[in-house]
Amino acid sequence: MPVSERIVITGVGLTAPNGDSLDTFRQSLLRGKSGVTSIETRFMGRVLAGVCHFDEQKYQPRKERRRGTRAGSISIYCAHEALVRADLRVDDLDRSRVGTYIGITEHGTVETENEIEAIRGYDYDTKCWSHHHNPRTVANNPAGEITVNLGITGPHYTIGAACAAGNAGLIQGVQMLCLGEVDVALAGGVSESIHSFGIFASFASQNALARHDDPTKACRPFDKARNGIVVAEGGCVFVLERLRDAKKRGAPILGEVVGYAMNSDASDPVLPNPERITECMVSAIKRAGIGPEEVSIVSTHATATELGDQQEAKALRQVFGDCGTVYTNNTKSFIGHAMGAAGALELAGNLGSFDDGAIHATINITDLDPACAVRNLVCNVPQEVQRVEYILNNSFGMLGINSAVVVRRLPW
Amino acid sequence: MGDHSVKDIILEIIATIAPDADLSDVKSDVRLRDQLDMDSMDFLDIVMELRKRYKIEVPKEDYPSLATLDGCVSYLAPKFDAVATT
Repeated sequence: MPVSERIVITGVGLTAPNGDSLDTFRQSLLRGKSGVTSIETRFMGRVLAGVCHFDEQKYQPRKERRRGTRAGSISIYCAHEALVRADLRVDDLDRSRVGTYIGITEHGTVETENEIEAIRGYDYDTKCWSHHHNPRTVANNPAGEITVNLGITGPHYTIGAACAAGNAGLIQGVQMLCLGEVDVALAGGVSESIHSFGIFASFASQNALARHDDPTKACRPFDKARNGIVVAEGGCVFVLERLRDAKKRGAPILGEVVGYAMNSDASDPVLPNPERITECMVSAIKRAGIGPEEVSIVSTHATATELGDQQEAKALRQVFGDCGTVYTNNTKSFIGHAMGAAGALELAGNLGSFDDGAIHATINITDLDPACAVRNLVCNVPQEVQRVEYILNNSFGMLGINSAVVVRRLPW
Repeated sequence: MGDHSVKDIILEIIATIAPDADLSDVKSDVRLRDQLDMDSMDFLDIVMELRKRYKIEVPKEDYPSLATLDGCVSYLAPKFDAVATT
C-alpha cells in the first residue's frame, strides 16, 4: 500500500462570514473584522450568527439551487473556487479520478424543519411534502451536489464527524490520495446550520448559546465573559494532490499535510476530555515527525463555552507548556462556530501566515480567563513572527470526536 | 376557464420551477420536455404546485396529459372549472 506519498494543498475555496475567498478571509482575520451579526430565526426571534454572503448564482443555475440545499450550494461555490485557485479545470482532468470528501456536523435538519413549516400551511397534509426532500436530506448531499454540478464521476461522500468534520474531510482526502484511489481530492467541510432553529434552541437549552448586545463581540473564546457559542454557516474545500503530481504540472503549493490524528474521548457525549485531546495532538505531531517545539501556530478549536475552552487550554499546556516559540490563536472569535466547516476554515485562515509571517489574533479577549491561559496566546492584534513552519489545527466535536492536522510550509 | 388562463398558470408554475428558463416562445403543441430543460422531477413540481395552489389532483396515470400546453388546457380546464364551482 503506497502510504509514503506526500500530499499537498494546491487550492482553497471558501466562504466565511467575513470573506468569500482565501485572500479576503485572511485580510479580515488580520484586520480584526468580525462576520457575526443578528438574524431572525423561526420560533426564537433574533439570534446571533455568522452569515455568509457569497454569490449563489456564480456557479449554480437557479433551478439547481432551488432543488438543492444551502449546504450543497456552499459546497459547489467552494469547490469551484478551489479548482480556480489550484489552476485546474475539470475538463482537463480524468473525472473518474477526482474524489469529493466533505465533512459535515449534521445534514438534513434544515430541510426537515423547512418542509414541516411548508406543510403547516396545508394543514399538515403530507401529500404536500416535497419529492425533493429525500435527495436534499441524504447524508451525502453536500458532496453529491458538487459532483452533479461539476460532472465529477469519482467517489463522493460526506464524513459525519460533528464539529471535527472539517479536519476529518481533509484527512479523508489525504488518505484516499495516499491509497491511490484518486488523483485529485476535493476535501473539506461545510455547514448550513444557521438555517435550523433547532440547533440554536438546543444550544440555548444547554445554556451554551452566546449572547451580547454587540454581535461582533459575542464570540469570545478564552475570555472570562464568554457565555457560549455563536453558530455560523460556511464552507471550505481544499484541492489536494500528491506532491509529485503537483510538481509535474507546476501547481501552486499552499502547504503540505504532514501529520494528522483522530481519536475518541469515550467518556461523555458533550464534555471534552483533555487527556484524549492531548493524545490526539501528540499523535498528529508525532506523525509529522517533529517535536511540539517546532509547531509555529496552534489553531485552537475553542468555541467559547466555559468548560470546553478550559479543557483545550489544559491539553495545550500539557503538550506545549515549555515551548516559547509556539503561538496560539482562534478563528471562531471572528466568525463564530462554523460547525462542519470550522476545522477546514480555521486551517485555511492560518495558511496565509506561511507567506505574510503574521499570526492572526484571537479577538474579543478583554479579560483572559486564568484557567484558559496558555503561553503565547495571540490576543486582539496579530503577531508578527520571522517564519512560520508548521501549523497544528485542532477540531473537536460532540460524542468525543477529536482531530488534529499538521500542515508544513512548502516549499521550504 | 379560458385556454390562456390555464396556459398562463402553467407557465407561471414553470417560471417558479425553472427561473432561468426562457418562456417567451413556448409552443403549445410541442412537448414541454422537448423545448425546455425539464425532467420528471420538474413535472412532479408542476403536479405539486397544482395541488398546493389550486387543490387540483393529477393522478399518476394522467401525467401524459400534461406533456404539452395544449394538453394541459384540455385536461386542466374542466378541473379548474370544477374547483371554481365548489
